[in-house]
Formats: sequence, C-alpha cells, structure tokens
Amino acid sequence: MKEVVLNHIHVGLGAKMVPFAGFSMPVSYKGLNIEHLAVRGSAGIFDVSHMGEFFVTGPNALDLIQFVTSNDASKLVDGQVQYSCLPNENGGAVDDLLVYRYHAEKFLLVVNASNIEKDWNHISKYNERFGATLSNQSDEYCLFAVQGPKAAAFLQTLTEVNLSDIPYYNFRVGAMAGIEEVIISNTGYTGAGGFELYVKNADAEKLWNAVCEAGKSVNMEYAGLGCRDTLRLEKAFCLYGHELNDTTSPIEAGLGWITKFTKDFVGRSIIEGHKTNGVSRKLVGFEMIDRGIPRQGYKIMDAAGNEIGEVTSGTQSPSLGKAIGLGYVTVENSSLGTEIFIEIRDKKIKASVIKTPFL
Amino acid sequence: MNIPDNLKYSKDHEWVRVEGDTAYVGITDFAQGELGDIVFVEIETEGDTLDAHDVFGSVEAVKTVSDLFMPVGGTVLEVNSNLNDNPELVNSDPYGEGWMVKIKITDAAELDTLMDAAGYRDLVVV
Repeated sequence: MKEVVLNHIHVGLGAKMVPFAGFSMPVSYKGLNIEHLAVRGSAGIFDVSHMGEFFVTGPNALDLIQFVTSNDASKLVDGQVQYSCLPNENGGAVDDLLVYRYHAEKFLLVVNASNIEKDWNHISKYNERFGATLSNQSDEYCLFAVQGPKAAAFLQTLTEVNLSDIPYYNFRVGAMAGIEEVIISNTGYTGAGGFELYVKNADAEKLWNAVCEAGKSVNMEYAGLGCRDTLRLEKAFCLYGHELNDTTSPIEAGLGWITKFTKDFVGRSIIEGHKTNGVSRKLVGFEMIDRGIPRQGYKIMDAAGNEIGEVTSGTQSPSLGKAIGLGYVTVENSSLGTEIFIEIRDKKIKASVIKTPFL
Repeated sequence: MNIPDNLKYSKDHEWVRVEGDTAYVGITDFAQGELGDIVFVEIETEGDTLDAHDVFGSVEAVKTVSDLFMPVGGTVLEVNSNLNDNPELVNSDPYGEGWMVKIKITDAAELDTLMDAAGYRDLVVV
C-alpha cells in the first residue's frame, strides 16, 4: 500500500484512512456531510496526491496527445486546461484525464491514480510512432484541491499571481506561500469553485500548512474522498470505474462534447459509428421517488419488471437531501421523466430520470 | 470510544440492553463511526420472530449500506419510529435515542454468547 507524502498529517488529524487505487487515502475527517457542506458553502482542502502526472514534451508532443485523446488539444492555448478521454481501440475508455498546455511543446496529462500504469503503457505504445518525450512524475508531485466558493479569496493572500486573471480551466505556474513553481489551476471535481495546486513533494507540507492556516479565516474543513464523491455526483461528473470503463463509449457516457471527429485518434472510427448510428444505452441521472439509496451495480428495471440497465453511482445527496444516482439505461428509457425502478435488496424502488447536473 | 458497561455486545457490532425478557437493540458507537453519516434506517420486521444472526433490517450511510443482525433470537416488538425522520440519531446517540428495535428474547441462554464491554473493547480497540 502506497502512502501520500502527507500521510502523517492525515493520520494525525484522525482521518479515517481507506485503501483506494493502491494508496492509503483519507476518506473523511470530521464526517462526510460536514465536509461536503463546507465545500459547497465555504471551503475544503483535499489531498489528492494519488493522482498521476505525465509530462509530454518535444516537437511531437501535440501530435501524440491528439492521437491518444478524444478532445481537440490543438484548440488549447498556453495556460489552458482541457477535459478529455483516452479511448481504446474498441471505442471504450482507457481513462479520462486533464490536458494542460504550458506551451506548444510542453503538456501535462493528469490521470486517475487507479489507471497510472495502464495509461502510461497505452500512451507509451502509441508514442513509438510519434517520439515525444514522456515523463511519469506521479511520485514527484502532490496535489491539493482547495475547493469552495470562498477558496479563491484566502488563496489570494498567499500569492502575487492574480487569481482572478485565471479563468475556469486555466492555470498559471507561480509562487505561492514562498514556494516557487506551484501549478495553480482553476479546476476541480466538486463544481464548487476553487483551485487545484500541484507542488513538488519537498514543498508539499509547507504549502499545505500555509493553505490550512489561511483557510481558518473561512473555517475551511479538511475534506476526504467520501465527500469528493458526493460532491462530484451532485454535479454528475463521471468517475472512472463507475460511469466510465474499458467498455463504455464516450458517446454513451454523454461525453460527445469532448469527442472531436475533426482529427484522427485511437478508436475514432468505432466511436464515430456510435455517434452516427446511435447507441443502445445512455448514461442518465435519476432521483429516488420512493425511499432507498441506489448503489453501483444495482439493477435498473422498467415498470413491467424488465431489466433495462444498471446503476453506476448513487448516494444520498447532502446538499439536496434526497437520493440520487447515475446509471446506464436503454435509450428508449432514457428520456427525462421516465419512471424507472432500482432493485435494492430484492425490492423494486421507484425512481425518475431527471436532468443533470442535479445541483 | 463509548462502550457502556451495562450493555452486551455482538461481534456484528450490535448492542443489547436487557430489561427482563425483553431487550433494546442498536448498533455500537464503533459501528456508527465506521458507517459515517447515516441517512436511512430500514426495518420491516416488526412482529417477526427471528433467530440470532438473522437480518432484521438495514442501515444506509451516505457511502455504504450494512445489514442489521439479531444479536440473539427474538420477536421484534417495536421499531424506533423516530429514526424514520431522524436517522442521524444513530450517529449522535447510538446507545440512547438511536436504538433500533425492542425485542422479546426467545431464549435468555443465548445472551451468554454475547460479549461484555471489556470483551467488545478488545474486539474493536486496536
């Protein structure tokens, strides 16, 4: 089991630690609901240093990225970030990721911890024909997500970089809390606003402590993976291993907007077929009408009791006070307002397909 | 961790407070802490007679669901209806307002299979 660099801090704070993607990770500190509501209403800090960082450099960096990702990275300008997908040869998803453009010959790919090795092997295989320089620096960086509507204001006290000059899905590299070369990224997985901070391991504790000290002014909470999941689910953000896997097409997952057929890429012809000919199932959001909490793997039925799909994620939404979920259903059952039933421990519990994001 | 001396405990992390031939049953402070924020307690076995270790209901936390097991055999006489609207009572007061069922004990001898507070502390406190 790997540990994040600041493991001792989380243990010292009394966090509940759980194995996740090969790391021992804090799942909660004071409690999921408290942390969730703090992020929505004020601010929370997540240590998500388990995430993977690959640098892609050289004259062929963009060509490689264009071929292995589904979105159009040629549209990126310096300092911009793009959400994208790594499709496989069968039109499924190897992973979803963020692509950071430093300049025309330097990019950073941020990938899911559970997929670091798989992604690395996949990208390296295709790089044989492009010859970009690839560097896996996942073990050299920590990543802190400082999220919430009040995060930017107190982070601003730690840096000369004007944070209001960094639009959503843009980043700057600058000094923060006396540490040079922090990647300050206006991104996140909560839909609550705030920044993500990438820092070299040696400076990680200094940055963490400075952010936590500054965050006291808004009663920032330590936030674990538990509320990271409920926060992203309220915004209906996909999570690899739930909504996405090696067999899900980005078209089925509602990720057509990051799939650009203006260029060639791995799996393109198959995925274009999904778009042109249609798919048989679609990812939908639903709310429970009758009482019950949907969980990954639960069957979805129609009113007649026919199996029409499967839940990929579900929870009680701390912000909305109701049970919500995402799941794949047959296209005929995917329109808004469709009455569906979730099989929860041998009972069929009524739910309704609703618009996403939930919040 | 709160482990009251006057209760008996099962290895499934239920507590039992014996009152004559009846008993109140709930989940322990350790169990509620492991589950996290509890959002739904579902018990539909009122009136049923169940054996020890039978499932008498389930408890849903935000992130997980867990079955509830009878610590001893008995008949479910009453379900704590306060938990319908206030399931968080299981988190805030697991041994008091967060009780789950009142049962009539089938065979008092089964109580001897349960742990006392010291035994339960050995199980959960590392």
